Amino acid sequence: MDLFEWQAKELFAKYDVPTTKQVLATTPAEARAAAEQLGGPVMVKAQVKAGGRGKAGGVKYAATPDDAEKHAHAILGMEIKGLTVHAVLVSVAADIGEEYYFSFLLDRANRSYLSMCSAEGGMEIEQLAVERPEALARIPIDPVAGVDEAKAQEIVDKGRLPEAIRDQAINVIVKLWDVFTGEEATLVEVNPLVQTPDGTVLALDGKVTLDDNADFRHKDVHDSYRDNSATDPIEVRAKEKGLNYVKLEGSVGIIGNGAGLVMSTLDVVAYAGAALGTNGDAPKPANFLDIGGGASAEVMANGLEIVLSDPAVKSVFVNVFGGITACDAVANGIVSALALLETKGEALTRPLVVRLDGNNAEEGRRILTEAAHPLVEQVDTMDGAARLAAELAKAGAK
Amino acid sequence: MAIWLTAESRVVVQGMTGAEGTKHTRRMVASGTNVVGGVNPRKAGSDVDGIPVFATVGEAMKETGADVSVVFVPPAFAKDAAIEAIDAQMPMLVVITEGIPVQDSAYFYAYSRESGATRIIGPNCPGIISPGKSNAGIIPADITQPGRIGLVSKSGTLTYQMMYELRDLGFSSCVGIGGDPVIGTTHIDCLRAFQDDDETDAIVMIGEIGGDAEERAADFIKANVTKPVVGYVAGFTAPEGKTMGHAGALVSGSSGTAAAKKEALEAVGVQVGKTPSETANLMRVLLSG
Repeated sequence: MDLFEWQAKELFAKYDVPTTKQVLATTPAEARAAAEQLGGPVMVKAQVKAGGRGKAGGVKYAATPDDAEKHAHAILGMEIKGLTVHAVLVSVAADIGEEYYFSFLLDRANRSYLSMCSAEGGMEIEQLAVERPEALARIPIDPVAGVDEAKAQEIVDKGRLPEAIRDQAINVIVKLWDVFTGEEATLVEVNPLVQTPDGTVLALDGKVTLDDNADFRHKDVHDSYRDNSATDPIEVRAKEKGLNYVKLEGSVGIIGNGAGLVMSTLDVVAYAGAALGTNGDAPKPANFLDIGGGASAEVMANGLEIVLSDPAVKSVFVNVFGGITACDAVANGIVSALALLETKGEALTRPLVVRLDGNNAEEGRRILTEAAHPLVEQVDTMDGAARLAAELAKAGAK
Repeated sequence: MAIWLTAESRVVVQGMTGAEGTKHTRRMVASGTNVVGGVNPRKAGSDVDGIPVFATVGEAMKETGADVSVVFVPPAFAKDAAIEAIDAQMPMLVVITEGIPVQDSAYFYAYSRESGATRIIGPNCPGIISPGKSNAGIIPADITQPGRIGLVSKSGTLTYQMMYELRDLGFSSCVGIGGDPVIGTTHIDCLRAFQDDDETDAIVMIGEIGGDAEERAADFIKANVTKPVVGYVAGFTAPEGKTMGHAGALVSGSSGTAAAKKEALEAVGVQVGKTPSETANLMRVLLSG
């Protein structure tokens, strides 16, 4: 889960990382009140999970509460990289002497952690890495040994942070390591880390990504920081039902078992769709939905209900490989799911293409053939089934 | 020989007494695996279908000569289970558990590197099978047969799909390395082992979006692999910034895309299929030619 800046800085404060005082505001009046409460000049910053907020006009300096209200009025509701600004962060404006860059992150390639540190902060890190790679120190972190004061010294020295703030920087880095491990983050980034003219080190902006798999150990924090305003409502409902669903833009609903097979199914449907039309009407996958290995009737019914709740869906492709769960069980699951939907008054109205392969595939197909549901069609191969599902979606769109 | 898992492998199951553990222990036994014990400190002295349960991994190894452990414990306990096996110097640890916090995986992987005695497969993987010999994990054994193709894949169901598509030719070993961001055994480890295995003639490599493991595997193939390799990559239509089922399957910015992976593999002469079926056919043509 990616956090907003205000959430990241709130976590920094929780671990005593020095940062600026802040108040979140969702209306211009709240922004004015926040500026009055904080006293003195403030920054008014758009809260969206995207870079380039400053360039988009989403970060403004306000000398007075009047200015804060005016800027909040302009920024709230603004679109930045396709995201609507629902809140602004009002924080004490710090005088900036120098800007540095610092981060801890998961290093997938080395199956370890990495710290990145640079005396040249402020700009986007991707840009720094390309333009001045020699200015960005990369220090491997051993997950067993972690980061102590000695390791933090090494980071500060390799990042060539100035001698004058060495001790403060070491202290900040050790505390940021506490944030990284204490909150089970996969990214803790401070950009910029600044030195004010009076020599104080502050974390002015932060980016934190938390590990969803660690949810069970951080339920309170994750629940309070989870933001569904930018999440598709079908995705939210799917999550509540424990389904792994991602909304896409097409018209062919997809249900499959196993993340890799479902990703593959999306691709195969996209290829089949592209062959049917080039002038923008080519059918595309409408969603990702992995119902896992079990594929019981209830899970299948929930899956169908979620996929069909998307009005853009004109056909559904159920692609199941019978491995651990044999195809006869999956077929029975589909038959029961269709009956279950009917009793709930949500009987199937759009065509369903089913491909069953693997363990007991023949028995599974026989069960579906025998059930003879008028909207269910079976195709033996994944490629053929994808073609039919795409054709039906195209026909249904007319 | 097959890789890592042979007819001689002696397997223990950590979490054998749980529902999933018991179910899959029975499936492993049914497919010919020599399961010699289970581990559960609270149920030591009991048994599952006559297979003894030990209090610790160390005790199970001492009593049975086990050299493979399969882990089915829930995410919250997986780190401790892995550390226990690493401390006991278990030669191979197959972690099936899905949903382990990544800092736990990073910790026990680093810990295994320090000890140097344990190969970890997974986590969040279906395990490894050497058809006709042994099966450590949850891969269905009856969808394929022994043969001379090696298979390595991030995805479980795509592993099964490919095993099934090429069931007439058969496999030496199939390894599901898992879809998490931090995994113990990589594509490269498997490619190296298959290259060195005299019972493997050709290799199928299945990848998916996220990270750059496939790109690095391509570099490795160029420098070190002389056996024919065909590839498949899933996730061409995955949108940026969305995790697609597997915790590690994420395109961020322009990195981790399926297109980049396909390109990297093709640049080193690996034929990459557009669909699983096409990939299987590429292998078929390669082996018949």
